Amino acid sequence: MSDPAVTPSREPTARLPGWRGIAADWSSDQRSFKTASWGKVMMWVFLLSDTFIFGCFLLSYMTARMSTTVTWPNASEVFSLEIAGHHMPLLLIAIMTFVLITSSGTMAMAVNYGYRRDRKKTAILMLLTAAFGAMFVGMQAFEWSKLISEGVRPWENPFGAQQFGAIFFMITGFHGTHVTIGVIFLLIVARKVWRGDFDTGRPGFFTARKGRYEIVEITGLYWHFVDLVWVFIFAFFYLW
Amino acid sequence: MADIPHDASATVPPAELEEMELYHAHSWWTKYVFSQDAKVIAVQYAVTALVIGFVALVLSWLIRLQLGFPGLVEFIDADRYYQIITMHGMIMVVYLLTALFLGGFGNYLIPLMVGARDMVFPYANMLSFWLYFVAVMLLVISFFVPGGPTGAGWTLYPPQAILSNTPGQQWGIMLMLVSLIVFIIGFTMGGLNYTVTVLQARARGMTLMRLPLTIWGIFVATVMALLAFPALFVAAVMMLFDKYLGTSFFMPTLIEMGEQLSYGGGSPILFQHLFWFFGHPEVYIVALPAFGIVSDLISTHARRNIFGYRMMVWAIVGIGVLSFVVWAHHMYVSGMNPYFGFFFATTTLIIAVPTAIKVYNWVLTLWQGDIHFNPPMLFALGFIVTFVNGGLSGLFLGNVVVDVPLSDTMFVVAHFHMVMGVAPILVIFGAIYHWYPKVTGRMLGDAMAKFHFWVTFLGAYLIFFPMHYLGLMGLPRRYFETEGIMIMPESGHSLNAFISIMAFIVGFAQLVFVFNLIWSLRHGRPSGPNPWRATTLEWQTPTTPPPHGNWGDHLPNVYRWAYDYSVPGAKEDFIPQNEPGSVTKGDPA
Ligand code: HEM
Ligand SMILES: [Cu+2]
Repeated sequence: MSDPAVTPSREPTARLPGWRGIAADWSSDQRSFKTASWGKVMMWVFLLSDTFIFGCFLLSYMTARMSTTVTWPNASEVFSLEIAGHHMPLLLIAIMTFVLITSSGTMAMAVNYGYRRDRKKTAILMLLTAAFGAMFVGMQAFEWSKLISEGVRPWENPFGAQQFGAIFFMITGFHGTHVTIGVIFLLIVARKVWRGDFDTGRPGFFTARKGRYEIVEITGLYWHFVDLVWVFIFAFFYLW
Repeated sequence: MADIPHDASATVPPAELEEMELYHAHSWWTKYVFSQDAKVIAVQYAVTALVIGFVALVLSWLIRLQLGFPGLVEFIDADRYYQIITMHGMIMVVYLLTALFLGGFGNYLIPLMVGARDMVFPYANMLSFWLYFVAVMLLVISFFVPGGPTGAGWTLYPPQAILSNTPGQQWGIMLMLVSLIVFIIGFTMGGLNYTVTVLQARARGMTLMRLPLTIWGIFVATVMALLAFPALFVAAVMMLFDKYLGTSFFMPTLIEMGEQLSYGGGSPILFQHLFWFFGHPEVYIVALPAFGIVSDLISTHARRNIFGYRMMVWAIVGIGVLSFVVWAHHMYVSGMNPYFGFFFATTTLIIAVPTAIKVYNWVLTLWQGDIHFNPPMLFALGFIVTFVNGGLSGLFLGNVVVDVPLSDTMFVVAHFHMVMGVAPILVIFGAIYHWYPKVTGRMLGDAMAKFHFWVTFLGAYLIFFPMHYLGLMGLPRRYFETEGIMIMPESGHSLNAFISIMAFIVGFAQLVFVFNLIWSLRHGRPSGPNPWRATTLEWQTPTTPPPHGNWGDHLPNVYRWAYDYSVPGAKEDFIPQNEPGSVTKGDPA
């Protein structure tokens, strides 16, 4: 995923501050976002579209929850762990959230080292991010199996409204898929960074274009987005 | 910063972008099949869409056969009838119009008209087409599986869409939903390309306010599609779960054949909201590219600059935004809070304002123009008339009290066929007549084209106008049989038969068009690079058809807007966008 847009052959005309700068950029030729490359703009637009997907899922969840006549299960009861005789509501979710947010931190560091062209640190931090992501998915799998063993199914659950199970599996599943895709992405990019593809300008396997370090940042955008979505899921599903 | 869009400049700002890395095909397969060249992908999209569109046309004959001559063909029983109208509607709206406007015209015109060498992500662009192709194939397969395609209506409303007595329960509904999901994923890949190419890969000097309106229409429609399709995606996923996992997102407690089903507590209205949050913008996803293309056709073939360019742009953007807040006008009879109805009726009627602006501007562009009545112009004029017609009946339907008795009658069928069936199809024809010379280097046969226009245009009116009348009489839509319905006088039945005969004639006339397309490939008059003497960049390519990479060695520079026709004092009656201006007032940089 390479494109030439990142190193302009001229400085964009002295940028004006604030709104006037934005207006100047948009009424100029060639590019509307003067500092963003093609790949980055593409990722932003994609995330906007994906926001609408998650938005629709969450709104559907709220509709279902508000219109059902059966009582909605109490999240802090359902999602609790019994550890050494102690009842710990939301413990697992708290850890999962913590892991995911930490991974956002490591990702941000990877981006930073990527721009310094520090191959080793970038790759290691990306792998670390991927490991956190995989850990998150692992804990999610644990949570799923725990609920399934307690009898929660997409079509029924012992705690109350049947939509509870359906929506839980659907939304966390969809988000988990996003995380999984992110992990795969991170691994691929980390491998390329490690091998030095972006220093040697080795063409991509599919696209036959030269990659650039910026792909680390683009992956990062996706990763932060997936984290952000989790915060919303956490708030609306587990805390409400 | 050039303030007035048609101020020509003598220079262009310095280049900001490096040359794009192009993918060079090495074999026949990568050149013509798995091609990464937007122009080839465009043709692939267009041909696939036209072929599947032809299937939908044949389906409409079957519908008309049953409505006009009930019982004549044994094959069409009630179940098959529902399958036929469902597939007809869905194919026409999504797989023909959306794919052809955005995938077909978008791919061909965006890189050429903005002065880029290709789409910014050619590989994703190729995937986009092949996913679309898979989606179409899934639909085709659904005609041959046990039980046939789904008969749920193109709106796929639950609960009936997935109940066991709706035709196509075994496989049809699944194939339909999966096909839509694949289509959406494929479209997203293409849509990101179109958006980013317009935003970030324009030629030197090509400001947003110098873009041809075609690009504005396609661009805004693409952005809308990227925001509207997610709702359909989510609805399709949830309905698949309802059907195959036994969840109850959309399914209330139900009794079927005396037995209570295991569903309970879901909301069918939720589906309707999701569907129409997609469905209404979809109307404009089809209409905005048509608006844009028509503006360019009119301006070119009337040798006049477009009237009120800025207004046209903002009207496109305004319509795009507004169309996201009107969706529930499709749900006046679904049981909503009356205040909602009030809100949605208001927003719906407000859309008439920017739309009317566009119509006035088209008419003012034509005013005192040097109108050439060649095929693209004829189709463009046909569009304006038809769109106004459909738009007027839309004003009726937008009002709750008027809509309630009319909803689900033939009046609605007449309305939406005028506004989103016939009107965009006319633009598609006009656009094909206009750009075919660029794609192939040959003109389409003129006499055949004119014949095609008059039969299609007049025929469409003879088909759909009487439907208004049938609708006002109370003839419901989606009825397999109207024979025993008391409200239908004998004349109503004769009218139905008349409509059907017209539909066959118009359908057959399309064969002339298809013949013309194929015949002119080899026998058409060579067109030269710029047969219409048009200003936009795609007509200024070094060769026709344009080469891989579009521009040869040098990217074009843009000095003026796209509408310099009949400029006083100029040596020709058009000045291409890449011709430098002599004046330097208001120059950028
Ligand atoms: C070739 C000319 C066409 C003819 C003769 C035709 C005719 C019909 C007829 C008779 C119906 C069924 C009405 C009923 O429910 O009883 C129908 C439905 C429909 N048509 Fe067309 N049509 C044509 C083209 C188009 C086009 C170009 C579009 C694209 C927007 C379109 C979209 C639809 C839709 C969305 C439905 C509703 C399907 C449903 O009720 O689920 N049609 N058409
Ligand atoms: Cu609508």
